[in-house]
Amino acid sequence: MTGTEPATTEARTVTLTYREAMRDALRRALADEPVFLIGEDVGQYGGAFGVTLGLLEEFGPERVIDTPLSESGFVGAGIGAALGGTLPIVEVMTVNFSLLALDQILNNAATLSHMSGGRLHVPLVIRMTTGAGRQLAAQHSHSLEGWYAHIPGLRILAPATVEDARGMLAPALADPDPVLIFEHGSLYNDKATLPATPVPVSIDTAAIRRPGTDATVIGYGGTLATALSAADQLATEGIQAEVIDLRSLRPLDDATIMESVSRTHRAVIVDEGWRSGSLAAEISARITEQAFYDLDAPVERVCSAEVPMPYARHLEQAALPRPSDVAASVRRTVN
Amino acid sequence: MLRIRRFEERCAELYSATKIRGFVHLCIGEEAVAVGVHKALADDDAVVSTYREHGHALAKGITMDAVMAEMYGKATGCSHGRGGSMHLFDRDARFYGGNAIVGGGLPLAVGLALADTRLGRRQVTACFFGDGAVAEGEFHESLNLAALWRLPVLFCCENNQYAMGTPLRREHANTDLGARAVGYGMRSMEVDGMDVLAVEAAAHEAVAHIGRHREPVFLELRTYRFRAHSMYDPDRYRDKTEIESWKRRDPIPALAASLRATADLSDSDMDKMESEVTAEIDGAVAAAEAAPVEPESELTRHVYTERA
Repeated sequence: MTGTEPATTEARTVTLTYREAMRDALRRALADEPVFLIGEDVGQYGGAFGVTLGLLEEFGPERVIDTPLSESGFVGAGIGAALGGTLPIVEVMTVNFSLLALDQILNNAATLSHMSGGRLHVPLVIRMTTGAGRQLAAQHSHSLEGWYAHIPGLRILAPATVEDARGMLAPALADPDPVLIFEHGSLYNDKATLPATPVPVSIDTAAIRRPGTDATVIGYGGTLATALSAADQLATEGIQAEVIDLRSLRPLDDATIMESVSRTHRAVIVDEGWRSGSLAAEISARITEQAFYDLDAPVERVCSAEVPMPYARHLEQAALPRPSDVAASVRRTVN
Repeated sequence: MLRIRRFEERCAELYSATKIRGFVHLCIGEEAVAVGVHKALADDDAVVSTYREHGHALAKGITMDAVMAEMYGKATGCSHGRGGSMHLFDRDARFYGGNAIVGGGLPLAVGLALADTRLGRRQVTACFFGDGAVAEGEFHESLNLAALWRLPVLFCCENNQYAMGTPLRREHANTDLGARAVGYGMRSMEVDGMDVLAVEAAAHEAVAHIGRHREPVFLELRTYRFRAHSMYDPDRYRDKTEIESWKRRDPIPALAASLRATADLSDSDMDKMESEVTAEIDGAVAAAEAAPVEPESELTRHVYTERA
């Protein structure tokens, strides 16, 4: 194709995996100097999940910094670097490992602004994987983003689509407060065709991914696919489930949830976290508080079984929310 | 030193009078550390401190009015009443706390030095912490990162011999704390923390070393707090004779005596300093008493950054 030919439709779109979309977002972010990437194996190795592959070659070791296995140390250093006027993107391999940095995230990143009376701000992004489904057993598979969503001072994002994986990083970096992005490990190979130039996405609002009239199914991150799959199944039975993708777990977009529930009169929440004290529990409580009189059935929750995630595939699958579980819940609320 | 000493003595009185509440950790006895290190720092160097930070904050240049008002929990406090004694901050003074998690400030200091380095600034970040923090994982992670990345951090270990109520020999397998830094390939210096001139000289040398070699330095400052860990602490774990023996090395009379010997300081100079300090403290207390409290309607402000 020569430069004089008009761009074809093909040229204006691009097919990316979730992994490539995230990498594209990182590459665009790194084009700005104050931004740098820091984390375990983000450089030479290319990222534990291959997200940062090639970025070291492109931007050099000053911009893509490999760290030792010192989660508290390098996450805290990211917080300090943000205080000092730079914009770090910190990658922690998994949410399980982030617990070693929980002190820094909670006691410093989330609290410094308030504790200093607004004198200090911590503008940084911390990315990590979350979730099960790859037989990685109990120390690499948990969904703890709901714990982080408990903490005031943080913004918690969970991109569930390739488009959100590409689009959420820029607004997260523009946010003057700490933002945690949770990438579900089973999404990295998902593919989508997108406009070649990224369209800005919201990090404030939930999205209705499938409109429906009979029940509202609420998912996020890795559970969006579960919810959509259940909705497909239900549609064959004549039940039209509306599927909401939360996208932001803190703040929660109450308005979108309540508006949907006020139309469908039923709500089912799909959450890969444990049921007790879960994000699903919080959403259920909010629906009860704000939309009780619109409900025609009790709010249902489909969560992970209350066990540390097992290794064996059949046990792991049994522990996770399955589309059939979601469909059964929706049927209960409809009937 | 006198200013810090008298300020904290007044804080103790105000605590007993229930004007100041919460946890209050006094650095009485350790003033030479705060003053000596700050004498070697430039105004735009960064400081990261702990919950025992009144001395550091005053030495860094946060006004006494702002610190006292913070102790009172008033709106005019340096943290708008949200921090209290343990959480003093001032971004303009590059004073980054006020961290009440033992060892929690060390990674922040590494990050601040990283930011300075990345932005081409030549500043140093001084990080204060106690001997107790040396047992925390964050100490080791931070020293490793700072040495690995050759960051301009001055690690200032205030070894006051006790991690709250636990003496050094019962908290560390090896009581030579500087050996840890040496283990990370870092230069370590041991200083008499009761001698302000020695602290200043060592800190100057350390800062010069950091500037010259672009690598961190570890300063172990042997000091002692004359008072208990906090105002809550009945101090049952220390031998009175030990306390008395350290009090004989009080850094303030020691400096006064040496200055008197060289005739640089007269009794009337001392009296004048005392009255100036008293007037400053009186003014800070009066201002704090008169200051408004942050209205409850402001409770949820500053959790997230306010957009213009």
